[in-house]
Amino acid sequence: MDPRIAAAWALLPDYLGQHVLVSAAALVLGLAISLPLAVFAYRSAAVRWPSLLVASLVQTIPSLALLALFYPLLLALSAVSRAVLGHGFAALGFLPSLLALTLYSMLPILRNGVAGLSGVDPAIVEAARGMGMTDRQRLFQVELPLAAPVIMAGVRTAAVWTIGAATLATPVGQTSLGNYIFAGLQTENWVFVLFGCGASAGLALAADQLLGLIESGLAARRRWRVWAGAAGLVIGTLAALAPLAGVGGPSARYVIGAKNFTEQYILVEVIADRLRTVDAAVQRKEDLGSSIAYDAVKSGELDAYVDYSGTLWANVLKRTDNPGRAAVLSELTTELKRRDGVVVLGSLGFENAYALAMPRAKAEALQIKTLGDLAAHAGELTMGADLEFLSRPEWAAVRDAYGLKFRRQVQYQPTFMYRAIASGQADVISAFSSDGRIAADDLVVLDDPRHALPPYDAVLLVSPKRATDARLVGALKPLIGKIPVEAMRAANQSVDRDANKSSPAQAAKALEQKLGF
Amino acid sequence: MAAPIIELKDVTKRYGALAAVERLSLSVEPGSFTALLGGSGSGKTTALKMINGLVTPDGGEIRVEGRAVPAESGPLLRRRIGYVFQEIGLFPHMTVAENIAVGPRLAGWERPRIAARTAELLALVALPAEVAERLPAALSGGQRQRVGVARALAAQPAIMLMDEPFGALDPVTRDALGRDYRALHESLGLTTLMVTHDVWEALLLADRIVVLDAGQMLADATPAALLAGHADERVRALMETPRRQAERVRQLAGASG
Repeated sequence: MDPRIAAAWALLPDYLGQHVLVSAAALVLGLAISLPLAVFAYRSAAVRWPSLLVASLVQTIPSLALLALFYPLLLALSAVSRAVLGHGFAALGFLPSLLALTLYSMLPILRNGVAGLSGVDPAIVEAARGMGMTDRQRLFQVELPLAAPVIMAGVRTAAVWTIGAATLATPVGQTSLGNYIFAGLQTENWVFVLFGCGASAGLALAADQLLGLIESGLAARRRWRVWAGAAGLVIGTLAALAPLAGVGGPSARYVIGAKNFTEQYILVEVIADRLRTVDAAVQRKEDLGSSIAYDAVKSGELDAYVDYSGTLWANVLKRTDNPGRAAVLSELTTELKRRDGVVVLGSLGFENAYALAMPRAKAEALQIKTLGDLAAHAGELTMGADLEFLSRPEWAAVRDAYGLKFRRQVQYQPTFMYRAIASGQADVISAFSSDGRIAADDLVVLDDPRHALPPYDAVLLVSPKRATDARLVGALKPLIGKIPVEAMRAANQSVDRDANKSSPAQAAKALEQKLGF
Repeated sequence: MAAPIIELKDVTKRYGALAAVERLSLSVEPGSFTALLGGSGSGKTTALKMINGLVTPDGGEIRVEGRAVPAESGPLLRRRIGYVFQEIGLFPHMTVAENIAVGPRLAGWERPRIAARTAELLALVALPAEVAERLPAALSGGQRQRVGVARALAAQPAIMLMDEPFGALDPVTRDALGRDYRALHESLGLTTLMVTHDVWEALLLADRIVVLDAGQMLADATPAALLAGHADERVRALMETPRRQAERVRQLAGASG
């Protein structure tokens, strides 16, 4: 078997279990809310229009945005709850995913519920009233049984939507089959991407077919089909959840975060290996956005992760000045500790800076060496940026310092940003200085003589509640100052290259070996 | 004279500016078979539905078996009154037996008693025992309305309200079902109030005909008295057609005999 397929299989029990857990919970909750709401909406026009309108509006919000919006909302609620009740709750991972997916599942159930109930023949409703049924008896004995096939069709639609949208729960920290897709996209591991798509499509199809069996059983009044479908759903769900229940083993468990690019996936594996030496297990939360990751370590939902000094400098401390690499690092260390209690354990020893890069041939032809040279030609050039850069304060600083005004600016997922510059669709990109692809693609990094971009030392952050955890700190401390940029770049390249690709775990092993851990 | 089993006093129902029923007063004796006769918009269906509380009157007073209608919960009242209407409204997800069992189940009967009653009713409305396990969709129109009648009778009501019960059936089935029901009315000692727009049906089945027009009572008499003549022009016109048709049939029968 291809080692990538083997690696994908090995992750399946965890990813599938988590995916089933969050989508099944969302669907059950969605059903529990939407069905009574559909009954109210059917009986009262005053409830009908507002509830259908709100459910339709929710549906127009892109599902990724809906998931992302629940995180700050829950974080604020958790802070309130901690202040009032003395207990917070996890704003990352399961809860925001559950709530967003629940909202997402409501429209088809609500709409079909109202349509199914309204579609019951008025003569049958009159007969039920004329026989002396109460409203409740009429609902449960006549209206709901007759509307059941239409309602089930809505539940099927909701199930397919929810299972599909649950792949997007990965960036808010909920492990799902989307982990294959996000990680695969990032490391150009198309086997992973296809595996993730296949698994989630297969899951959606299976759920759809079992619910379809129930639907046809209800429509044809074949009780065995209803029972067979329901039993299939319950058994399937339990089987998928079984691996999650078997968690035991190591005596401690740490939650380690990673942002959404190759270097971060590798560093998480390095950290996991370090913790394994002290008999501690790691729960990974990968593909997090920059601010989500920092907020999560601050609130203790992550125990540790790697960030970059310039990112924290500009985005957390909101600084636009650049006092130099050492000053940024030391001031950051004091400030984060003072403000949020977050411990900067130290720099890993390399920088992964935002840097504007161009293909060497084009830079030489236009005689561009610095960002100042670039400004003179920017009007004819297309800038390709990753998804974050153009909305970050560092970009505003560079743009204003050199007066950069490009003909066009396009945003890409980082992998495709490198593809765009290789194919000539972009002339300049916001590259990462520790990225192996700079050398591989023969790009040149443009000088920044005015120091508009801050330094970006890779720093290990530890959450306030783990600040004095000797086991965690003791295991991570040896990493400080030990990883040179060349070693990191080689590791990144071994994952990103097109042929003979390593997995992040393999790259981490090679890196550890090289560094003598 | 026995105390009336159904009593309406000055009952009024308006839909917006339109009066469906205007100050209608009516007393129905136990065991009687009364037809409420009128065209569409005469208010006959509204009047009927106010008796079992499906429609709430705007004014006046209604008493059923001596008790004021609004004083009692609608469902409890309706469980004591049989109700049959043109669209029948059999529950399509229940078998014939289950449909018939609805009333007894609501009344809280024991299972064996319900089973015995179901078998008894199928025989009573002249349906073969094997239809019990069929779904309504597998029955003919006439069979369905027989089940409708059986279902209404299941919980042993003293009163039957019928709204154009045989209106959707072909003439032969309609006549058979009408006569069968009249026989049931006699043998079970029911009080029946039947809404119809069909003068023949009213004349042939009922003991008493109440003619309604635009929500008001035009006439209240026995079929024979109505055929003999009436002070109101509209009532005389209504009776003219059956009288002429009967005359013609008699001539034809006499010519051939």
